[in-house]
Amino acid sequence: MKRLLCVFAVALLVTSGAVYAAKPAPKAPAKPAATATTMPSKGEKSAESTANPPPPAKPAPEGNCPAATEETAIPKIVNWPDRGVFGHYDMASVQRGFQVYREVCSNCHSLKFLSYRDLQQLGYTPDQVKAVAASVTVQDGPNDEGQMFDRPGRPSDHFKSPFPNEKAARAANNGALPPDMSLLVKAREGGEDYIYAILNGYEQAPSCVSMFPGMNWNKYFPPHQIAMPKPLNDGQVSFSDNSPNDLSHEAANVAQFLAWASEPHMEQRKEMGIKVLLFMFVFIGIMAAAKCKIWEDVR
Amino acid sequence: MSRPANPEKFSNPCIQWIDERLPIFTMLIKEYRVFPMPKNANYLWSFGGIAMTMLILMIVTGVFMAMNYDPNTHGAFESVERTMRDVNYGWLLRYAHMNGASFFFIAVYIHVFRGLYYGSYKTPRELLWIIGVIILLLMMATAFMGYALPWSQMSGWGTTVITSLFGAFPLVGDGLVTWLWGGFAVDNPTLNRFFALHFLLPFVILGVVFVHVWALHQTGSNNPTGVEPKTPKDTVPFHPYFSTKDSFALVVFLTLFLAMIFFAPLALTEADHFKQFDPMQTPDHIVPEWYFLPFYAILRSFTLDISIPFTNIILLPAKLQGVVAMFGSIILLMFLPWIDASPVKSARYRPIYRVMVFLLVIAMFALGYAGSQKPEGLPVRIGQLGTAYYFAHWIILWFISRNGFMGVIPKEQTLPVPASISDDPCCKH
Repeated sequence: MKRLLCVFAVALLVTSGAVYAAKPAPKAPAKPAATATTMPSKGEKSAESTANPPPPAKPAPEGNCPAATEETAIPKIVNWPDRGVFGHYDMASVQRGFQVYREVCSNCHSLKFLSYRDLQQLGYTPDQVKAVAASVTVQDGPNDEGQMFDRPGRPSDHFKSPFPNEKAARAANNGALPPDMSLLVKAREGGEDYIYAILNGYEQAPSCVSMFPGMNWNKYFPPHQIAMPKPLNDGQVSFSDNSPNDLSHEAANVAQFLAWASEPHMEQRKEMGIKVLLFMFVFIGIMAAAKCKIWEDVR
Repeated sequence: MSRPANPEKFSNPCIQWIDERLPIFTMLIKEYRVFPMPKNANYLWSFGGIAMTMLILMIVTGVFMAMNYDPNTHGAFESVERTMRDVNYGWLLRYAHMNGASFFFIAVYIHVFRGLYYGSYKTPRELLWIIGVIILLLMMATAFMGYALPWSQMSGWGTTVITSLFGAFPLVGDGLVTWLWGGFAVDNPTLNRFFALHFLLPFVILGVVFVHVWALHQTGSNNPTGVEPKTPKDTVPFHPYFSTKDSFALVVFLTLFLAMIFFAPLALTEADHFKQFDPMQTPDHIVPEWYFLPFYAILRSFTLDISIPFTNIILLPAKLQGVVAMFGSIILLMFLPWIDASPVKSARYRPIYRVMVFLLVIAMFALGYAGSQKPEGLPVRIGQLGTAYYFAHWIILWFISRNGFMGVIPKEQTLPVPASISDDPCCKH
């Protein structure tokens, strides 16, 4: 009886390992064109899952103004392709998101933990990455004469920050500090959903609320009054692949880009994880068999 | 318990040559091959070895993390992030180290539960148990200091909250906190010393673990009946029986650990752990790592200052009560061998104690929940209930294992214990 159980346990483990292995492993998409996802990318069928912006906020009640304090939960609207065991980034969307970052966000937000060379992961060629890096001017030095000098950026440079230091950033932004974006998705509850919600959450402030000077009303930002003016609008960024560029698509793309920026090794991690677990399932089977065999005669 | 004398000569002359001068092979054979293990020890007995493996894993990953770490308030956060991004497989190192701490605590908590349930703290294993509690305390200190090193919002504020607790002690409190910080706030000197200690303590733990295993091999392992092995029939040699059994358990445990590293590495981490520490901005909810939550809840369960009636003179501030209770809750465990006077070890034959151990586990989970919530409303009450049971447990245990207490707490009537491991009717194969 005990022996039968042992054999059964081993068989179960080995088959579960085999079934696990049989599932399609995600390929790291080297070329953006090769990816098919549920992101609001170029395909029409994917648009319906994500194109609807969040439902409009309830009309703010008059009087004691509960709207000023009540929190609005971050909605989960977009079906992010990188979630789940087999999820991976939609690199075409990440590329579009990078375009949004470059044209809009990078005016105020740094991305200091990334280097230009990291962009090769998005499917850009080394020459394209060189061109992106060369479009900024970085200070280097001192040279042999002891002078600092300017030179075009190189792929090995870190992303250039828009402001030289925190004080300069605050001075240019009404006293508020635009956070660095390299870890934004990991550093906010809700991750990509949070980014998407904030970008879509700008509204007219309820009439009962007295706004602080220079602040803007955002229904998803926890205290509602946010220093950042509405950064993205319908049609603001024209994507080179002509994919839809209404606000919700722009927001989804940039959220996907920031998810990649905060966890660029996710695809490598999951791919390796599947191999490791497969090995471990076989290993469990072998150890179970060894244990059963050795303990057979213990009474 | 029978221990064979030195084995026969080794057939390999090299091994024999070494062994005559340094009997390392004789020792290995004695402690890891013929070492008698009770044959009925179940899978809960595998968690000591699993915890040992986790300790070694933490030291190995930790040393490589340290090679890429910059113990400076300006560079710490960035250096950890650079390790994740720019060091080959740095993300794997960091996630293994981060989640390794959680899995180390899972293994150790199960190991402690095993000891509580089967009475492994009782004669002749009192010292073994006390050394174990010391390891637990060292682990907690190490984990706490390690959490500070990424210098995130949670690191900095967690450090601030916990080190400030020492300020609760009367007279010396404020000086003590300044001394711990190396200044007047959690700053660079704090980070430097935490890094130094976080590097040192794991090796101290390794040393104390060695002593723990030494003491274990003196008394031998306990078993689910709590009856000491009497004849060689009751035991099997460690190798190959328990080496395979423990390896199997270890492989299953490591599979869960690896699944976590690769597929949910951030499941136990707060978003605030990815924001750099800003001493000017308090996060609205500071929580420690999950393995500290029950003790954090005990700390926060004391909300009433005790003062001289009708005056404003506070004798025992709530904070001090909480601090004493929190540290006391673990120190108390050291006295367990003398709190519990029952001659029966295993909870299997102790109907009241058996229920009490499970209540204690439930209380710990309730405390864990309370510790994870904001300190207001219902969670505080749940935490207070859990705290009350945690301390009542040891008092009740004192009385049920003796003569009861004034008819309120009965004397425990234990069930008949099998004469030997082989006579255990429940486990005959």
